[in-house]
Amino acid sequence: MSQENEVLLEVNNICVDYIASNGIVHAVRDVSFQLRRGEILGLAGESGSGKSTLAYAIARLLRPPALITGGSVFYYPRLHESSGNGEQKLDLAPQNGRGGIDVLHLTRAQLQNFRWQELSIVFQSAMNALNPVLTVGTQIIDVLEAHQPGRSAHTRKKRAMELLEIVGIAPERLNSFPHELSGGMRQRVVIAIALALHPELIIMDEPTTALDVVVQREILELISSLCKELGTSLIFITHDLSLLLELADEVAVMYAGKIVERGSQRALLEHPRHPYTYGLMNSFPTLHGPRRRMTGIPGSPPDLRNMSDGCAFHERCPFAFSACQSVNPELRIVVPEQPDQVAACHLYDSRLTMRQEIPNASTFAQGYELQGERSKA
Amino acid sequence: MRYLLRRIGFYLIALWASVTMNFIIPRLMPGDPAEAMIAKMQGQQTVTAYQLQALRVELGVNTTDPLPVQYWDYLNNLAHGNLGLSSVNFPHTVVSVIGEHLPWTIGLMAVAVTLSFIVGTLVGIVTAWRRGGVLDSTLPPVLTFISAIPYFWMALALVYTLGFLLNWFPISDGYDIYNTSPGFNLPFLLSVLRYGCLPVITIMLGSLAGWVLPMRNTMVTTLSEDYVLMAQAKGLSERRVMISYAARNAVLPSVTSFSMSLALIVGGSLLTETVFNYPGIGLTLFSAVEGHDYGLIQGCFLVIAVTVLVANFLSDLLYTALDPRVRQGRS
Amino acid sequence: MQVTNNEISTEAVFSQEKGRGNNILVLLVSNKKLLIGSCMVAFFILMAIFAPVLTHYNPSNFSNDLSFPPSAKHWLGTTTKGEDVFAQLVYGARVSLLIGFVSAIGSSLLQILFGLSAGYFGGAIDDVLSLIMNVFLVLPGLPLAIVLSSFAPTQGFVASSTIPTGFIVLTLVLLFTTWSYGARVLRAQTMSLREREFVTAAKASGETSFRIIFAEILPNEIALVVSNFVTTTVYTILAEVALEYLGLGDTAVSSWGVMLYWAQLNQVFLGGQWWWFVPPGLCVAIICAGLTFINFGIDELANPRLRSDKMPKIKKQKKEGAVA
Repeated sequence: MSQENEVLLEVNNICVDYIASNGIVHAVRDVSFQLRRGEILGLAGESGSGKSTLAYAIARLLRPPALITGGSVFYYPRLHESSGNGEQKLDLAPQNGRGGIDVLHLTRAQLQNFRWQELSIVFQSAMNALNPVLTVGTQIIDVLEAHQPGRSAHTRKKRAMELLEIVGIAPERLNSFPHELSGGMRQRVVIAIALALHPELIIMDEPTTALDVVVQREILELISSLCKELGTSLIFITHDLSLLLELADEVAVMYAGKIVERGSQRALLEHPRHPYTYGLMNSFPTLHGPRRRMTGIPGSPPDLRNMSDGCAFHERCPFAFSACQSVNPELRIVVPEQPDQVAACHLYDSRLTMRQEIPNASTFAQGYELQGERSKA
Repeated sequence: MRYLLRRIGFYLIALWASVTMNFIIPRLMPGDPAEAMIAKMQGQQTVTAYQLQALRVELGVNTTDPLPVQYWDYLNNLAHGNLGLSSVNFPHTVVSVIGEHLPWTIGLMAVAVTLSFIVGTLVGIVTAWRRGGVLDSTLPPVLTFISAIPYFWMALALVYTLGFLLNWFPISDGYDIYNTSPGFNLPFLLSVLRYGCLPVITIMLGSLAGWVLPMRNTMVTTLSEDYVLMAQAKGLSERRVMISYAARNAVLPSVTSFSMSLALIVGGSLLTETVFNYPGIGLTLFSAVEGHDYGLIQGCFLVIAVTVLVANFLSDLLYTALDPRVRQGRS
Repeated sequence: MQVTNNEISTEAVFSQEKGRGNNILVLLVSNKKLLIGSCMVAFFILMAIFAPVLTHYNPSNFSNDLSFPPSAKHWLGTTTKGEDVFAQLVYGARVSLLIGFVSAIGSSLLQILFGLSAGYFGGAIDDVLSLIMNVFLVLPGLPLAIVLSSFAPTQGFVASSTIPTGFIVLTLVLLFTTWSYGARVLRAQTMSLREREFVTAAKASGETSFRIIFAEILPNEIALVVSNFVTTTVYTILAEVALEYLGLGDTAVSSWGVMLYWAQLNQVFLGGQWWWFVPPGLCVAIICAGLTFINFGIDELANPRLRSDKMPKIKKQKKEGAVA
């Protein structure tokens, strides 16, 4: 078990641009993070924050006009597993010195091998992710066929039925077409397909957004238990921070193509450090607790074609000061006693704020309220 | 199943409409239809009173019966397979004349359309798969131009170049009428194939664009669907993604549009037949028009209409087989 | 055979040029296919208009120069009866284009009438109109046109005017057999548009159905209507030439199709007099291709994914392919 808690995925300074005829959109700007084995990382942010783009970039599924314009992605596979004979091909893959595979430079054949065996994806809308003219069973089995050609058809069918059972669908449904299943069932099918080859890492892109809350709950519980059982790492993308606060171990908040805060689930819940994170968390009501005035975050995300030098959030931030316009904040440890939580905000850079104490929850609350009143006036 | 039944019902109505139209058209023209026909001939033939009367009989307007009764008689005749006599091929009946020529047309069209579909769809798939490649930049404009050429003009051009100048293919008739005789013998069948080449090529060229371009467009749209992205993410082979995920879905609108364009293809191949003197129903219709054989004209139209309806129905069957969503009654 | 993508939204077409205004001319120039197509069509329209300027011969004048190949005196040679082929071509353009466009306009009006009514009203009205549309769609157009034309008088003039009967007959026949496809397309578009909020708002403010259809919905479908009109014109020109070739038009008046009719009658292509039958066919092909290119251009403006342009170039050192 010495491989547990080791780094599984290393993302360094990734930049992704969309080349449009009226300008280049910098969708992901210099993003770095690490993911450990068995860890669930939640990636939160509004539409257009770059979270899906980031995930697709890691999986090399971007389509033109998107292009990775910088950075690297390293993946550390589990050493000598006997799960199929596909692993050998990856030995020839380009590597860094520490046993990590350079994902962005895999050849086509290596990439085909890498896909689904090591990394699988659960797409946002299961209805669109499933081929309408093939049965659900065929879509599970063909990935088994492609990656494990040695097995017999009977074994594959058995495995497919197993997978359906794991996600809680009756095995007879192998012969159903996607349009014959309900939304929740389809999502489970997509999850089943993602699990087919025991990947080390699954990326889930808003898997529950299109479902009603009851089904949402079931699916989330399913995901959570599966990950714990199988030890799979997960990158869970959503705009709904509340989901992550229950499901994820680590949470990263993205804004305008950058990670603005990252920390454990607990840390973010108890003391969000970045003003944007605070705003996000307070834009949905809780069932318990005292009544609060709801404040959204006034304004809208910036135009990613012309990014200014300073912090991307400064125009909407109630606490912006002079430095915020001109200097881009880096992710830094906020409080030395809590080294796992980092935020990209000048409020925590004592050299710039000329102050020693850091803002707390009530400071944030007041700041947003004032801003809310100002914008109404 | 319900879907197919609804379609059959529709085709029956369409059938009734063609039949009725056949009935109405000659009676629409002002005045005595028979005399109007004579006027059209403009003295190209001398017409005796006997012929005038025969014409009236043929058109069914020699009676003073009220219209509904005439209609009933007409339907009755149809039900018994009586389409009247052909004046151009007197004394043969319309039915026998058509029966002799229809198989040629069906054979020609079946071969040409199938080839066109297969080649066109494949080219469309490959063109879309390699966006921005050589095929994609050159084929669409070239095919557009080719498809805009009138069928018969292309036939004429092909006859002139491949047939007349280069002498690669025979330029007239459906088979070698001098050296072979119809029947199940090899020389005849071989000559049928040889003589059929140019007509088939003409029809293929004319309808190719109709397959390639919609297929390409639909493929482009399909390729950006999530399920294609997922198939690629699954690490499936390029071939499987292209065929089972993309093409299987993209071909569906092509099958639909095929039904709609069938009527057009029929028109085009009729014209082609006239150029090549191919003994199909197009040539029959043409000579009927020339000879003012109204019974035959009407008969041909009816048979062509029915054939198109049947072909449409077959393509509906094909669509049902390909798209599982339709079988549940959801279209 | 016409090939277009049916999902055309007027907004999509105009939004391409938001920065430069909604100028039609700007649109025309921005898309290569649209530009080329329009030029091709304009060429023939001008040729037809300026026929008397382009040639001093009368197309139906016989002469003693029988079956001459192209020369300085007769640019495209002469027919077996000594008529100047070039004169026939340019005057024939008038007839072919006139009949083609007029019947296309008439057909488009029918398309709008049937398509919009069926799509907007729905219910029983839609059932009946759709049935009519589908029946016409499934009946083979050319054979039907042949039957109609063969029964109708095609020589002589209408009443005491100078309009040849053949023209009227042809126009009506073409109108009758080409409206159904476009009507269906418009019906589909109308059905999706009527669910939109601006229609609900118009209904709520008490507008009459007539006004809603023609003043609210129709303007939003203009791109589709134009595209249908272009498609219909291709059909009508091709069908018209075909009918004339079969001798069902007015054979006394020179037009492209009639030229081919006489050429075929005189067994010209076997005798090698290519200058008689190649030009008219080529003209038809070019103008139909031009119309089709216009349609492609409209398609591409509305659905950018169909364009086959390559991705814009970016600096070399930044390239790191992340394509699937």
